[in-house]
Amino acid sequence: MNYYEKLKEDVRFTDGLKSCISCGICTAICPAAEFFDYDPRRVMIIVQKHREEELEALLQGDTIWNCGQCMSCKTRCPRDNTPGMVIQALRKLSQETGQFIHSEKGRQQIVIKRSVGDTILELGYCVHPDTLVPEKHPEQGTVWEWVYENRKEVYDRLGANLYREGPGAMRKIDEASMEELRNIFRETGGERMFQLIEYYSEEL
Amino acid sequence: MSQESNKTSWQNYQKKIADDHFYFVRSCIRQTFFPGSEATFLRILREELGKDVFDDPRHTSCTGIAYHTDVVPLQTIMTVVARHFALMTEAGYRNFLVSCVTSFGIYNEILHMWEHHPDLLAQTREHLWKATKREFVVPENLVHTSDAIYKFRQEIFDRAQYALTTRDGEAPLRIAEHVGCHYAKIFPDKGVGGAEFPKVLSGMIEAWGGEVVDYPERRHCCGFGFRHYVIRENRGYSVANTLKKLESLAPYKPDLLVANCPGCTMFMDKWQYTLGEMEGVTFGADGRGIPVLTYEELAGLVLGYDPWDLGLQMHQVDAEPILKKMGYHYAPEKKFLSRTGKYMGQPQVPEYCCL
Repeated sequence: MNYYEKLKEDVRFTDGLKSCISCGICTAICPAAEFFDYDPRRVMIIVQKHREEELEALLQGDTIWNCGQCMSCKTRCPRDNTPGMVIQALRKLSQETGQFIHSEKGRQQIVIKRSVGDTILELGYCVHPDTLVPEKHPEQGTVWEWVYENRKEVYDRLGANLYREGPGAMRKIDEASMEELRNIFRETGGERMFQLIEYYSEEL
Repeated sequence: MSQESNKTSWQNYQKKIADDHFYFVRSCIRQTFFPGSEATFLRILREELGKDVFDDPRHTSCTGIAYHTDVVPLQTIMTVVARHFALMTEAGYRNFLVSCVTSFGIYNEILHMWEHHPDLLAQTREHLWKATKREFVVPENLVHTSDAIYKFRQEIFDRAQYALTTRDGEAPLRIAEHVGCHYAKIFPDKGVGGAEFPKVLSGMIEAWGGEVVDYPERRHCCGFGFRHYVIRENRGYSVANTLKKLESLAPYKPDLLVANCPGCTMFMDKWQYTLGEMEGVTFGADGRGIPVLTYEELAGLVLGYDPWDLGLQMHQVDAEPILKKMGYHYAPEKKFLSRTGKYMGQPQVPEYCCL
């Protein structure tokens, strides 16, 4: 396995890193750099060295999981690079090679797969009122608790179509459409990525 | 950059916004937290303006949150997007209307990639055919729902029951705005006004009689951070970002904040409750919270709609102080009634914020 060669296969890596001049504007604008010990400029320097041991350390560490994907770096880079896209390519490689389980933040991917990922294949949504259980989301406050407990009537009051087929917000997506969505995951590597995250996380 | 050029530089970023015939795709977060806003959007375009908007029940999530939390690969989301374009093509539409800012960024990103990497477009067509036996034409026009409300802002105001002013009409409401990062920071030329001085929301506020409130952290991310909110242990990042924005905004004493991104609107509303519970702080001028509205809710108030049709009862920070300030005619006692008039109970009132 040559990590650099694998990264070059990802268009987000080649489009995201054109000609970095290490000016650090990405770090200056980065919200994650404000709140974490995180420096996207440093990540861009490491990936340009093509040193396999340093790339492996990056794939195994917490650093790449700090980015919040706001993509503010894209707006500001004077050379049209996007460190946020390079991060996406690194995270994909970290998961494909099982390196993500070596870091605390990387190991969180199984939680995302089992929440957002599984909800997509089950319901066709990334987020659904049924999955936002107030006990797990105390930050959502008292109004959400009320909405959750009365969700059938609240969504009906607002013209939504919760649990029913046909157009409208929070509709039940028909089985034929769900089957097409699952086929897409099967055909394009989405299903495989879910399986890999589960497989590597089993070792924990 | 001089103050004068700050005021005019947005004019360099104009985008084409179709006039009619839209294929509409919904937002996971908006459907969950602001279903009334999507309903109001359709009501304004269809009933007020007579536009043709197709609400197709067959579309799914674009998988954007899973993509930006890295569990969904690029080729998967590209093919899900391609399926939506195929549904649009089959329905006879060419204008693709997107309710979500995360999705809007993704559609723009994928169209950009296909334009510059035709091999990826060919591969996606193959994947889509194998998975669904569908084919597609790329949209002629990609429009965010806030683009559409911006485009029709004057037509909306022509039908106004209220301006965004105080009861006596003497003073404009002071309104701050927050534009979601993925609306124009990725592709500035795809948003009205670009990334630095987006006009999409401030243009609505000005057209409807309000006063735009500037604040230092106006362009800062709300802090969603995708994995940073989805993972409970990481949520400190999200709340810290919003705290930075609210602390920056509070001294300017806005009457309300309007946002065009589903996640931003929800977080800046809910985190005020969280911060109240954590630290006993509030950010509004009167010791309460700052109401955070969607642009359809704002448009709906201008048009005189029932606030409980708009969904203002789903906000954690109570929006009723705005209604009272505007002298709005509404029925407070109907806030917690179901469609059939049944009382659904009401939320517990928090100690600090914000009912």
